[in-house]
Amino acid sequence: MTSVQNPPSDAVAPRGGLRNLWVWSARHPAIFPFALIVLTCVVIGTINPDFWQLANLFDILRASVVRGLFALGVLVVLASGGLDVSFTAIAAFVMYTLTLFVVNAAPWLGMAPILVIAAVAGALLGSVNGLLVNVLRAPALIVTIGTQYAFRGFLLTFIGTALFMNIPASMDAFGRLTLVKVISDQGLAVELPAYFLVLVAAALVTWWMLNRTLIGRAIYAVGGKPDVAARLGYRVERVRVFVFAYAGLLAGLAGVLHVTANRLANPFDLAGTELAVIAAVVLGGARITGGSGTVLGTMLGVILITLVSSVLILVGIPSSWQTAILGGFILIAGLFFAQLDRIVES
Amino acid sequence: MRSGKTDGQLVFLIGINALVVIAAMILVGDRFMALYNFQSMGTQVPELGLLAFGVMLAMISGNGGIDLSGIALANLSGVAAILLAPSLVSPDAAPLGYFLTFSAIALSVGMLGGALNGALIGYAGMTPIIATLGTQLLFTGVAVGLTGGSAQQLGYVPLIDDFGNMPIWGVPRTFALFILIALALAALLKFTRFGIHLFLMGSNPTAARFAGIRVKSILFRTYLLASLLASVAGIIIAARTSSVKWDYGSSYVLVAILITVMAGVRPEGGYGRVICVVLSATALQILSSLFNFMQISNFFRDCAWGLLLLLFLANARVHWGTYLPPVLRRTDRARS
Repeated sequence: MTSVQNPPSDAVAPRGGLRNLWVWSARHPAIFPFALIVLTCVVIGTINPDFWQLANLFDILRASVVRGLFALGVLVVLASGGLDVSFTAIAAFVMYTLTLFVVNAAPWLGMAPILVIAAVAGALLGSVNGLLVNVLRAPALIVTIGTQYAFRGFLLTFIGTALFMNIPASMDAFGRLTLVKVISDQGLAVELPAYFLVLVAAALVTWWMLNRTLIGRAIYAVGGKPDVAARLGYRVERVRVFVFAYAGLLAGLAGVLHVTANRLANPFDLAGTELAVIAAVVLGGARITGGSGTVLGTMLGVILITLVSSVLILVGIPSSWQTAILGGFILIAGLFFAQLDRIVES
Repeated sequence: MRSGKTDGQLVFLIGINALVVIAAMILVGDRFMALYNFQSMGTQVPELGLLAFGVMLAMISGNGGIDLSGIALANLSGVAAILLAPSLVSPDAAPLGYFLTFSAIALSVGMLGGALNGALIGYAGMTPIIATLGTQLLFTGVAVGLTGGSAQQLGYVPLIDDFGNMPIWGVPRTFALFILIALALAALLKFTRFGIHLFLMGSNPTAARFAGIRVKSILFRTYLLASLLASVAGIIIAARTSSVKWDYGSSYVLVAILITVMAGVRPEGGYGRVICVVLSATALQILSSLFNFMQISNFFRDCAWGLLLLLFLANARVHWGTYLPPVLRRTDRARS
């Protein structure tokens, strides 16, 4: 890799193919998580053939829903040049407060209005982030670390710390809805829950927004070169509020889905999962410096992270080493993409 | 301009310290002012202060510099030392040798971790946020993997316990060490070529590169130093609590950033003072201790720290001078 770093101008011919490969993969960053997924699957599948089961696939897809919604939010914020670490706090806040409210005040509420309320509440909390980043003109990471602790501390001090299992009937029923049901060889029923569709819908909407709308173009422009974007007439501050509100919206939805999937509301849940989500988005090829990132890459990154955290045990790696492997993945992805940028720029 | 602004920040921080102490005297009374309480606070400041120094150094270096891996590396240093040291030196037979071995292992782990951070950011050109986020997970993960997630007990070694908890001439030893490190760091930043180049680089990286400053090497050494300070914090934590665990101080990433922002260190780089970080750490510790006396829950403390961080970010953006009456305003403008 180091030899390609500064190719002498007259020796391009033998290295042309390799260089073209680098340039091509820089344009299609989703290839990186895809290659790692294939590699992981092949290695695990060779060591332990039990891996090749539909049940495992469904487990991974199901476990990807909440993380995937978070990751789409982080992707949009990263594309605009920011960073958000408060989304888990927003999700915990919305899920606990809303579940508490529905159980005590409106047990008749259906799933659709619950999702709408969660989205609106999440978007409101998210837009607080965006406004603060604008007003304080400080790095988004530092601002959202502040709001993360403020939201979480407020939730645990003033709203409650007790987990409760008697979640509203509509949420419980929604969690049990099945999309696909297959009877496996051993006679066990393998199910893919219907709430997986929420992630699919969110991914499609995010893709459409980023690639087919003016706001999507504005997000990439602001993330790439904020000064130039401002001179072109993009309203940088509004775009920033929008991306944080969008991330908050998805976090609100993710929080409610987390409750329906686990059938309990625990205000301590979700905290500390931020880094795995950011890892997934970075693995998917989004640069922390803004202006890049794709929905496909992000979704593959999420699947990779879920794969690594759920199947390592199948090949005999103790689960206590998961975090270290996750850290290694972030570093490898970061190094890979930093190297790519250098090669493509040179 | 620089000295004028620092004076303001210094006066402001001294004022905050005084304000919190006065509030504590009114709200808690004599119990708070007891020497024992101040000694107990003194043993808790060093670990936070050292981590905040690391964040400060990273921030000064500019270009979005930040070190999120500090507490993770501190814990990993302690874990590695506690696992390795007993097999090399017996704590009962040679307590001093044991403590020195323990410290040497912890500092070596700090060096290794710092070299990794520095190489990733300085030489491989990774963004500091991503690099230190990754190493934070890596360090935490290795600490979990090595211990299986359980806390490791140091056992009672009188020498180490004294170092961590007992005052000497009324001053906790770790606090004295902290002040010595602060003085050394201040001298390093003020008088050496490394320090001067670090500030120049933070204020204007492009100009620094064209001026012939070796940006990569300076970045490498900055993050190496930050990690070394973190491993010293790891030794102090182990000595104070007689145990190490991978998730000790889970909110320290926030608190270290809060201390540096409160100290007026600019997140965009090029400015920061050691004395301000020390005063900011003491103010926060006194406030935290006051919360303890008033039996305020830890959850509310987290909430308060988050709000304080936002408040001090806002404070850096408001030009209070414009709200002053004209007579006072002139002196203010003369100073800034």
